[in-house]
Amino acid sequence: MDKILEVKDLHVDFDTYNGTVHAIRGVSFHLNAGETLAIVGESGSGKSITVRSILQLLASNATISKGEILYHGDDLLQKSEKEMNNIRGNKISMIFQDPMTSLDPTMTIGKQVAEPLLIHNNVSKKDAMKRAEEVLRLVGIPNPAARMKDYPHQFSGGQRQRIVIAIAIVDYPEILIADEPTTALDVTVQAEIIDLLRELQQKIGTAIIFITHDLGVVAGIADRVAVMYAGRFVEYGSVEDIFYNPQHPYTWGLLDSMPTLDTNEDARLNSIPGTPPNLLDPPKGDAFAPRNAYAMQIDEEQQPPFFKVSKNHFAATWLLHPDAPKVTPPAAILNRFKKFEQLGGNAK
Amino acid sequence: MADEREVIVSVKNLKQYFNIGKPNEVKAVDDVSFDIYKGETFGLVGESGSGKSTTGRSIIRLYNPTDGHIFFNGQDISKIKAHGPKMKEFRREMQMIFQDPYASLNPRMKVKDIIAEGLDVHGLVKNDQERDARVRELLDMVNLNPEHMTRYPYEFSGGQRQRIGIARALAVDPQFIIADEPISALDVSIQAQVVNLMQDIQKKQGLTYLFIAHDLSMVKYISDRIAVMYRGKIVELADSNEIYNNPLHAYTQSLLSAIPVPDPEIEKRRTRIDFDHKSPFKDDQRLQEVLPGHFLYCSNEEAATYKK
Amino acid sequence: MEQIPQIPKEKFKLVHDENNAEQEKISTPSLTYMQDVRRRLFKNKVAVVCLTLLSIIVLISIFAPVIAPHDPNAQQVTLSNLPPKLGNLNIPGMNGYQNMGGKMVDAYKQAGAPKGTSFILGTDYLGRDLLSRIIYGTRLSLVVAVLATLVDLLIGVPYGIVSGWKGGKTDTFMQRIVEIVSSIPNLIVVILMMIVLKPGLTSIVIAIAITGWVTMARLVRAQTFQLKEQEYILAARTLGEPSMKIATKHLIPNLSSTIIIQTMFTIPNAIFFEAFLSFIGIGIPAPNASLGTLLSDGQKAFRFLPYQMWAPAIILSIIMIATNLLGDGLRDAFDPQSSDH
Repeated sequence: MDKILEVKDLHVDFDTYNGTVHAIRGVSFHLNAGETLAIVGESGSGKSITVRSILQLLASNATISKGEILYHGDDLLQKSEKEMNNIRGNKISMIFQDPMTSLDPTMTIGKQVAEPLLIHNNVSKKDAMKRAEEVLRLVGIPNPAARMKDYPHQFSGGQRQRIVIAIAIVDYPEILIADEPTTALDVTVQAEIIDLLRELQQKIGTAIIFITHDLGVVAGIADRVAVMYAGRFVEYGSVEDIFYNPQHPYTWGLLDSMPTLDTNEDARLNSIPGTPPNLLDPPKGDAFAPRNAYAMQIDEEQQPPFFKVSKNHFAATWLLHPDAPKVTPPAAILNRFKKFEQLGGNAK
Repeated sequence: MADEREVIVSVKNLKQYFNIGKPNEVKAVDDVSFDIYKGETFGLVGESGSGKSTTGRSIIRLYNPTDGHIFFNGQDISKIKAHGPKMKEFRREMQMIFQDPYASLNPRMKVKDIIAEGLDVHGLVKNDQERDARVRELLDMVNLNPEHMTRYPYEFSGGQRQRIGIARALAVDPQFIIADEPISALDVSIQAQVVNLMQDIQKKQGLTYLFIAHDLSMVKYISDRIAVMYRGKIVELADSNEIYNNPLHAYTQSLLSAIPVPDPEIEKRRTRIDFDHKSPFKDDQRLQEVLPGHFLYCSNEEAATYKK
Repeated sequence: MEQIPQIPKEKFKLVHDENNAEQEKISTPSLTYMQDVRRRLFKNKVAVVCLTLLSIIVLISIFAPVIAPHDPNAQQVTLSNLPPKLGNLNIPGMNGYQNMGGKMVDAYKQAGAPKGTSFILGTDYLGRDLLSRIIYGTRLSLVVAVLATLVDLLIGVPYGIVSGWKGGKTDTFMQRIVEIVSSIPNLIVVILMMIVLKPGLTSIVIAIAITGWVTMARLVRAQTFQLKEQEYILAARTLGEPSMKIATKHLIPNLSSTIIIQTMFTIPNAIFFEAFLSFIGIGIPAPNASLGTLLSDGQKAFRFLPYQMWAPAIILSIIMIATNLLGDGLRDAFDPQSSDH
């Protein structure tokens, strides 16, 4: 497969009144053409900052202190603002969480959808509008020709998110970054938008980086998944690896703390105790150690490297070290291992 | 079986309209009736704009209901005066936990003063020592370190703040707590902490909850019975397992079919059921019991088909 | 990672403690909101300089009778229009010399001033010490500022809170009054006032009292509207907290940033308003000094005796700029978004 984007050892710091916050502490990943990579994590884990650094859309007090972001082998961090503008919205585009604030309320939606074309491509206004209409039909806006002249407030929340997606894909970008695009939406609308993204991906072949905190959404959309905690990836692999053969205790905790419709009401939910660490002063060892029921002495002293679980599946936990004791994961995780074996995998 | 249980809250034909008589009139809650039994957790689910939060706020009298009655322990509290002695008494019995852990605590007050607000209003403590002791006890109950009582809210994480909000509600020893989306602003790993805490306290103190949420899987887990709201009306009400296993209303079916499940195999096979939002209600429809304990918003003829 | 690091075996001991209290421990030092604001304000150098300047000015005005070297209204006609002189130090521009017919002459000697006489900022056309007049003039300007602030706080803040909290018809009615009041230019109020009262501090203060609180009331009302939907206010209501208590316990502390910032913009406006009235001659009557009357007097002789206008103009500018910049600094310090992410 073609690697179109590769992020290497990314570090991002934020200057605040209280000192430097080390928000991203060495993140590496790649994105293949046409696939969907989901980055899952809690608020403050750094998932949004990671993808915003790709387009250099960080706040003014942020600095990328180390790392490379290679787009077809070119380091985006070396590009000028002008060169970046050519990439943004054209080759790599982004959709945000809130469809209410992502649209300009004073501009018709037709113009807003056509705008990226007029900026990046040498097309006539007429052609751009024609294309905008096509794309609006593609994202499922009924009767697009007539509705192009409408303003954002005349659309429902779900339709607005469709329009936001239309703007992002009007130039058929190679990469679409979706930063919690369904979090602000109702469940039924969320399901529609996810179906739409999957459908669009098949039609135009865009690779998607999907940021979310909702594991249910991830299961529905991702080819590969990366789990993020306290500014680092803790585990990444195919969607089956992460859901049926998770290795990191944090991934266990996430999968276990969410009730599904099948969860027995008499059973207690397994919660992860405590709160994430303060990244002003990141812990020396594994950042998850203080909340980890399987923490070992080494976790408090040294950051675990990535251990290879299978060909594309890696997890940063000392539990995978050959000398580590064998631990029994929570019952719900053991059920997932069973399913992994049914699917033909070899669970640990 | 339901009839033997004691009803704590009974809502009868509640209507809550806003901007009455103006072109932008909103019927946020439109003729809603239901009973909540003592000691149970009653889940109220719906999407944004369904009127679920408004229902909660009307019951606790943050709004003055447009029409209808709310009985609390047999007493009609829908018309009692906003600042009278009856209201003060009522304010001790019913409390609320709010959605946003960042907006629900006054940023300028110390945690102990936030928690003790109810104690002060109702004169439940005689002096500062007693007040501090009670605050410590409450902090302990919600698994927070009592040493932190002199700190300010912004020093706490979202989950900790939500627990402070719970302690504030518990301070006046209420019988009934309305939890208005108490976990939807929290991270997944923190949600379970708060839900577990709420259940522990319920067991210990024999509380009754009205749990309002849009996340059906969490509501199903925590609730004994669930009412599904849509555009200001309850469209279906039943035991939580019954709602899940045997949803009758098309909207409930659509809602259930849309819930994402953290399992790729299930997600691959999932088929979404669309719901036609154009004309959801007909004039001859009303909420009626079609199966024992299972209420559905439907016409008499439709009901007859289920009753067979 | 192909290579598996060598780690001593004993390090792989499970160490998790079920009741780990550390998880919930908050390690950062406890700061109150105001401490945090102060810390942010003091990191802003411009604001600190402004705050220092204003403090000095305020202190000098308070202790004017002690500090002022002369009686500000004592005339010594023989010593009129003397240029600045700082003791016997021979600093150019501050040595009592004046250009007369192309020649620099010692104006003090010419006027026959007793030996040792020196006026740091010179004298005016009636021989009054300009420094003392500026000190007293600033004092008067600050009195006007304090009164305007009091009006803002005592009328504007409660008016805004009541209007915003009550909402509905009460709010509509109260806002109509605000609109009517704000549509009257305050210059007209002053002129009308002068028909009834004599020109002076009273009529200026009444004019400010009638019109000055409107902006504060509007801002506080808008903020109250937002705050009353906040969940902590709803929580207070469900606990049965009376409205008056909600206002003092919840609303005012959370309005304080808006109130303080607006005050910082009221002050220069009031000072300027007084100076403007005095400048056009309907403000503070002679012989009392205010920055406006000093400017007005200085302007008449500006061609020949520029120092008479420069000094009050600089002081007025410093007060105006410093309060405005301090207002900006306070706004940043109060704004939680300018804090950490």
